[in-house]
Amino acid sequence: MHMEKYLILNTLSYPVLSLIMLVPLVGALISLVIKNETYLKILGLLVTLITLVLSLPLFTCFDLHTAKYQFAELRAWFPLLKLHYVVGVDGISVLLVLLTTFIMPFCILCSWRYIKKRMGEFIFVTLVMEAAMIGVFISLNTVLFYICWEAMLIPMFLLIAVWGGTRKDYASIKFFLYTLCGSIFLLVAIVALYIKTGTFFIPALMDQEFSFAYQMWIFLACALAFAIKIPMYPLHTWLPAAHVEAPTAGSVILASILLKMGGYGFLRFCLPMAPAATIYCMPYLIALSLISIIFGGYLALGQTDIKKLIAYSSVGHMGFVTLGIFLLNDQGLKGAILQMINHGITTGGLFIMVGMIYERTHSREIADNSALGMVMPIYVTFLGIFCLSSLAFPGTNSFVGEFLVLFGAFKKSVVVGFLAIPGAILAAAYMLRLLQRMVWADSDGHAHHHDEAVGDGHAHKLDDLSFRELSMVVVLAIFVFWIGLYPAPLLNIMDASVTHLLHQISVGGSVVPVDPHSGHQALLELGNWCKQMMTF
Amino acid sequence: MQAMLILPELVLIATVLVLFAASLKKIKGTTLTVIALAGTFLTLVATVLSISASGTIFAGAYQVDTLSQLIKFLLGGGLFLIFVMCRDLSGIEEEMQNEFFFFLSLSTLGLMMMSSAVELLTILVCLEISSYALYVVISFRKGEGRRTEVEAGIKYVLFGAAATGISLFGISYIFGLTHSTYLVDISAQLPNLIQHQSMAVIGMVLMLCSFFYKLAMFPMHAWTPDIYQGASNETTTFIATLPKVGAAALLIRLISMTGPSVTEFTWVLVVLAVLSMSFGNLAALVQDDIKRLLAYSSIAHAGYMMIGLLSGNQLGMAAVIYYIAGYVLMNLACFVVIYYIAPRGENITFEDLKGLYRRSPILAFTLAAGAFGMAGIPPTVGFTGKFVIFTAALEKGFYGLVVIAMVNAAVSAFYYLKLVRAVYCQGEEGAVEKIELGIGVKVFGFFLIAAIILVGIMPQGLMSMADQAVAALL
Repeated sequence: MHMEKYLILNTLSYPVLSLIMLVPLVGALISLVIKNETYLKILGLLVTLITLVLSLPLFTCFDLHTAKYQFAELRAWFPLLKLHYVVGVDGISVLLVLLTTFIMPFCILCSWRYIKKRMGEFIFVTLVMEAAMIGVFISLNTVLFYICWEAMLIPMFLLIAVWGGTRKDYASIKFFLYTLCGSIFLLVAIVALYIKTGTFFIPALMDQEFSFAYQMWIFLACALAFAIKIPMYPLHTWLPAAHVEAPTAGSVILASILLKMGGYGFLRFCLPMAPAATIYCMPYLIALSLISIIFGGYLALGQTDIKKLIAYSSVGHMGFVTLGIFLLNDQGLKGAILQMINHGITTGGLFIMVGMIYERTHSREIADNSALGMVMPIYVTFLGIFCLSSLAFPGTNSFVGEFLVLFGAFKKSVVVGFLAIPGAILAAAYMLRLLQRMVWADSDGHAHHHDEAVGDGHAHKLDDLSFRELSMVVVLAIFVFWIGLYPAPLLNIMDASVTHLLHQISVGGSVVPVDPHSGHQALLELGNWCKQMMTF
Repeated sequence: MQAMLILPELVLIATVLVLFAASLKKIKGTTLTVIALAGTFLTLVATVLSISASGTIFAGAYQVDTLSQLIKFLLGGGLFLIFVMCRDLSGIEEEMQNEFFFFLSLSTLGLMMMSSAVELLTILVCLEISSYALYVVISFRKGEGRRTEVEAGIKYVLFGAAATGISLFGISYIFGLTHSTYLVDISAQLPNLIQHQSMAVIGMVLMLCSFFYKLAMFPMHAWTPDIYQGASNETTTFIATLPKVGAAALLIRLISMTGPSVTEFTWVLVVLAVLSMSFGNLAALVQDDIKRLLAYSSIAHAGYMMIGLLSGNQLGMAAVIYYIAGYVLMNLACFVVIYYIAPRGENITFEDLKGLYRRSPILAFTLAAGAFGMAGIPPTVGFTGKFVIFTAALEKGFYGLVVIAMVNAAVSAFYYLKLVRAVYCQGEEGAVEKIELGIGVKVFGFFLIAAIILVGIMPQGLMSMADQAVAALL
C-alpha cells in the first residue's frame, strides 16, 4: 500500500480537516449541558463560525497545480481490516467542504426565531449534522465515507420529525427509508470493492482496472444511492415531502449540502472507479437528467406552495448537475461542480427567504404572501436577487454554471443541448411567476390575506427585515454576484482535479472493451440509438 | 494451580452459595442487593484477571482458552450490568427476590461453564444447568393474575425440553459417526464426513437445535415473543442477553469444527439465516408491545449472527463475538428504558413511550442509541458488527445472502425508527410527569450510550481479542 503517493500531507500548523469535523462535535456535546436558549443559539453560531474560520486556509493555502489530495491526514484505525483513518481534499471536495462550513452559520441564524421548542436538541443535531457532512466530503476511505453518509440520516430525520410541519411523520420516515434503501447497496459495493482489491482507500480504488461486468455492478449499486440522494427522476419523490415539512434550517441543509452529496458521490465513486460502465451508461443518465430538468421545472410551474416550488426547482437544477457530470467533458464537469456550489448558495438563500416570510404570515402559500412589494421592499429586493439567480440570469452565479453545462452539452450533441434549453426557460417561467405574485400581484385586498393567515388580531403588521435577517441575505447576495461576475477562483481550484478525473475516465474507459455480447440486447440497441441521436 | 484456571467459575459458585444461604435466612432489601452486586462484581474482576489463562482440565472435557475467557468476561460483565440495572427488582414477587438473584447467577454459571466445555455431554449438562435455573425464574413475576407468566414458564420448559431432546438425538448421530464425544476428535473427522455423509449434516443440524433455541434462531424461535412478554422485565433482560452470548460461543465452537469449505451444511444454515432474519423483521413490524417487538427483533439478529457463523472464516467468527457483545449493550439500552418506564413492572407499549424525551431525556437518548444501533446505523456498534459480518460473508462469496440481509436491515429500520419517533416526536404538549431517576441510572444510561458509540467507532480492541479467540479454533 503506497497511500502516500496520492496524498500531500497537511503542512498547516493544525490538523485542519480533522479539526473542522471535531469542533462541531465538541460544540454539540457542550450544547447538552447548557439550558439557556439564548446561550445555546450563541454557542451554535460561535461553533459554526469557528469552523468556518478554521476551514478558510483550505481556500487560501490550496495548491492549484496538483490533483493530489491535500491537507491529508493518515492514521491507523482498524488494522484488522487494513482500515486507515485517512482524510484529504482535492479541487472538487474542497469547494463542497467550504460550502458546508459557509452555509452552516446561516442555518443557526435562520432558526433564531423559527425554532421555538427544544433549542438545545436543535443545536445538538445541527452541529452533529455539520460534522457528518464535512466527514462525507473529506473522507478518503470508503468506510468513513459510509459512516458519515449514514450518520447524517439520524440528525436529518430528527430535524424533520421533531421541528417539522404538519405531515412531519410521513416526510421524515419517507426520507429515512428512501435514503437508507439506496445506501445499503452502496455498502455492498464498498465491501465488494474491498474484497476484490483489499483496500478501502478511495484513490487506490480509482486506479484499479476492473472487468466491464464488475464495473457495471459497482456503478449500478453506487449510482442508485447517489441518484436517490441528488435526487434524480424517478427517485425524487422524497424531496418535496422532506423540504416542505422540514424547518427552514433543515430545508437549507437539505438543499444546500445534502443534495450535493449525490453529485459528489458520482464524481468520487462512479466516474473514476467504473469509467467503462460510466461511458456505457452515459446515454441513459443523460436522458434521466434531461427528464429531471424538464419534469422538475414543469412540476414547479404548477405549485402554489412556495417551498414545494423551490423543492421541485431543485430537482430541475440538480438535473443540470447530473447532466454536466455525465457529459464527461471539461465544461460539463466544471459547470456541474460550480452549479452545485451555486445551487447551495441560491437555493439556501431562497429557503431562508421563505422561512422569513413564514415566520411573519405563518403560511407558505403564494396566494397568502402576495403583493409584498409595498410592505417589505428590502425583502422583495433580495427575493428578486435569489429568484433571478435561480433562473440563471446573466450576472448571477447560476448563469455561469448553467452556461458551462449547456456549452458542454452542445459540444457533446446538439440534440442534448436543445433538449436542455426548455429547462432553463421553464426555470425563468416559474421563478418569474413566483416573483410577480409575491411582489406585485393584483394588489387590492392583499391585506385581507394576511389577516386570514395570521388570524390573531395583530395582522398586516409585516416588518421588513431585521438586522440579523439582512446580514444573512446580504452575505449570500454578495456571493451570488461575486461568483456570477468573477468565477475564476472557483474554476481554478477545480481545474487540476477535473482534468485528472477526465484523464482517469479516458484511460479506464478505453482499456476495458465493451463486449457487445455481454449486455442485454434490447438495452444495447436502445443505447446505440441514443448514441446515434447524440452524435447527430 | 489448576484451580486458578477456573477462578471466575469458582467465584461465581461462591456467590451462588452465598445467595442460596441468604435465601434460607430470608435476607432482604439492601443487604441482599449488596451481596448480589458484590458477588457479581468479584466475578467480573475474576474474569478480567484470568482473561489470558489457558489449559485443559477434567480429562480434556473442559478447556480454558481465549474464546472461553472472553465469553466469560462478557457473561460476567453482562450479569453485573443486569444486576446493577434491576437492583430494586420492582417486577419480582417480594418473597422470590432472593431466589431471583440466586437462579440468575446459577444460570450464568452454567453459561460460563458451557463456554469452556469441549465435550458433548459436558456441554449438554452445562446447557441444562443454565436452562433449568431460567425455567424457574420466569414465573417469579409480580402480579395478581399469574396466568401469563406461568404460561410463559411452561412454554419455556416445554420448548427447552424438546430442543434438548432433539440435540441429544443429533449427538447420537455424531457419536455414531465419529465414535467420540470430544470435540477434538470430532473436529478431526467432521469436515470429511460432512462432505460425504448426509447423516453428518443431519446430525450436526439437529445437535445445534439447543443452541438455536437459546439464540432464538429459526426454527427454534417460537417461544421468544411469548416468553419475552410473559416474563418480568428483569427476567426478560437476562433472557434477551446472556444465554445468547453463551449460545453464540458454543455455535462458534461447533460450527468451526465443520471446516472452511462450503457444504450442504452451510446451505442449511444459509436457509435458516434467511428465514430467521426475514420472519423476525416482518413480524416485528406489526408489534405494539415493546418486549414482543424486541423478541422478534432478536430472532432477526440471530439470523445476522448466523451469517457470520456460516461464513466459516476467521473474520466472520470473530465478528460474531463482536456482534454479540454489542448486541448485549444495545439490548440493555432498550431494556433499561423499559424497566424504568414501568415502575410496577408492567409491559409497555408504544403508547407509553410517547413523549418520553420530556419525561426523561436521558432514557430517551439511551433508547435511541439502542434502537439506531440495532438498526445498524453508524456510528454505532451495531453498524460495525453488521459491516464486519457482511464483509466476511462476501469474502466467501455469499453475495445473494448479504443483499437479503441488507434488505432486511432496511426493513428493520422502520420499526426501530418507530421507537425513536414515539420517543421524540409524539405525545401531546403540556405538563408531563417526569420520571425520577437516581444518579446511578443516569450514569448507567450514559455508560451504555458511550459504549455503543465508542465500541462502534473504535472496534480494534474487542475485534483483535475476538480474532485471537477464534484463531485457535480454525
